[in-house]
Amino acid sequence: MTTKMKKLDTMKPVMTDLKGQTLVCLRTLTEENPASLATYIKLGGYSSLKRIVTEKTKATDIITEVKDSVLRGRGGAGFPTGLKWSFMPRYFDGTKYLVCNTDEGEPGTFKDRDIIRYNPHQLIEGMAIAAYTLGAHVGYNYIHGEIWQDYETFEAALHEAKDAGYLGENLFGTNFCFNLYAVHGYGAYICGEETALIESIEGKKGQPRFKPPFPASYGVFGKPTNVNNTESYASIPWIMQHGGAAFAELGVPNSGGTKLFSVSGHVEKPGNYEVKMGMPFSELLEMVGGVWKGRKLKAVIPGGPSTAVLPAATIMSATMDYDGLSKARSSLGAGSLIVMDETTCMVKALHRLSYFFYEESCGQCTPCREGTGWVYRIITRIVNGQGKMEDLDLLTDVSNNISGRTICALGEAAATPVLSFIKHFRPEFEYYIQHGKSMVEPQ
Amino acid sequence: MLSPQAIEKIDYELTKYPADQRQAAVMSALRIVQTERGWLSKDSISEVAQYLGMPEIAALEVASFYNMYDLSPVGKYKITVCTNISCMLRDSDEIVNHLQTKLGVGFNEVTADGKFCLKEGECMGACGGAPLMTVNNHAMHEFLTPEKVDEILEALK
Repeated sequence: MTTKMKKLDTMKPVMTDLKGQTLVCLRTLTEENPASLATYIKLGGYSSLKRIVTEKTKATDIITEVKDSVLRGRGGAGFPTGLKWSFMPRYFDGTKYLVCNTDEGEPGTFKDRDIIRYNPHQLIEGMAIAAYTLGAHVGYNYIHGEIWQDYETFEAALHEAKDAGYLGENLFGTNFCFNLYAVHGYGAYICGEETALIESIEGKKGQPRFKPPFPASYGVFGKPTNVNNTESYASIPWIMQHGGAAFAELGVPNSGGTKLFSVSGHVEKPGNYEVKMGMPFSELLEMVGGVWKGRKLKAVIPGGPSTAVLPAATIMSATMDYDGLSKARSSLGAGSLIVMDETTCMVKALHRLSYFFYEESCGQCTPCREGTGWVYRIITRIVNGQGKMEDLDLLTDVSNNISGRTICALGEAAATPVLSFIKHFRPEFEYYIQHGKSMVEPQ
Repeated sequence: MLSPQAIEKIDYELTKYPADQRQAAVMSALRIVQTERGWLSKDSISEVAQYLGMPEIAALEVASFYNMYDLSPVGKYKITVCTNISCMLRDSDEIVNHLQTKLGVGFNEVTADGKFCLKEGECMGACGGAPLMTVNNHAMHEFLTPEKVDEILEALK
């Protein structure tokens, strides 16, 4: 080891109130030194891995357990994890790879950060179980570059796990080998897209690949690769310890388990809250101390800006699970709630979001590269008091022509806020165009 | 010439990849060299490319694609403030105004004494601590107030 490692038992968590939370991925938060190996082992950590590897549990049995858990991909797409695992080729002559996506860079998303800094060993164990199941011997956890201190925490945890015999060669005296490494991004939202992330691991600019072929057949260095989100992997040890059915029962039908919700914006106590899937939004809002300064709720983006914004009345009657938010005409996404109070100018909020997508478009596909720029410039002229009423239809038109016409989902992600903001708050946009100023902000 | 310290660190990163995939370490190698030299000149990028045995243009593509790499001097301390939506809702404008007034520079400018550079950042994935900023990419400061910014700047003098 050539780099100086951080000491893990000195990490003091910035805690949210744990009352009402159901801790699965962040279960070490109840302890004094949550990130340390000793703490994780005290809570039964690494026992599932040891049992599976030494008893040589059949891979198909593990995949069945994960399917039974109704765990769906926590990175935003919600694809069933067990089904994804079954896509990996069983027999392959060469190295298969396992990749963890900790590149959260969509505004409002900061849940995986708490897993790697407060409970890194659960992620390591989850990845090791996945590696055993899928026959992968090398893994990478790709971590967002801006959370550098947490990258160092995770890398220290990797060395701790390796020294204790949970990573490396011939684990538990068997022929199972798994080497896991931390790698980092350095400021590119697009690398949260799995094929862009793979390009970045290979040392290239992060431009998404055409799919198919999917990573399961052509991933890192052209080899079969399984990519999951951090929270998905971190749920695995609990599932293997308590059973898939028990995990499913924590949630609601079609949305198994708990979910980490990152709550930011206009609330009293922003932060991460791990609760059972299906919790009514109103209850979650209460947990985070309500809207700040005693103000009224105006709107919520429930799963990060690539999910449709919802007006207060709609979100207040919605439940926080895949079906609940899809019924409300939005989606759960990564569980990144951005809460906006009555003083928020929706035109300016959309202006900032449109700049983000324009800045972060990788430039590969013309509709996205050019379209996000047009959208940003049109909203800029509205904000500058030079908007025209037909701009609203033009924004809709441009957005519809980005969506579905790009290699990756960033195009659609860029279109969603434009379409949903105008749909739900059209009078505010019209007022801004007519008067050249915001309807809600003091002038 | 890459320093022995930089080479040692890059070699550690290389242990993470197959021997025939040296280019994979370019993200780390550029980060290591930038941390040591403050920014990435064309020469620095060439040295990294040569050490990893990859085309210079491929290393430059990476350095110019990811926005935490700096291809021009950024002073001793680069301060990057996030202004994206979650930070904006927690009044990052106030933090930006305070920094601009205090340092006397706008975004992408370096102070006359070469000490500070101010940058506007995109989402840093830590929105629960908004408003926030990083100093030289690796030190994050959350829950900012103008007073807290003053303390941070004072400590950097």
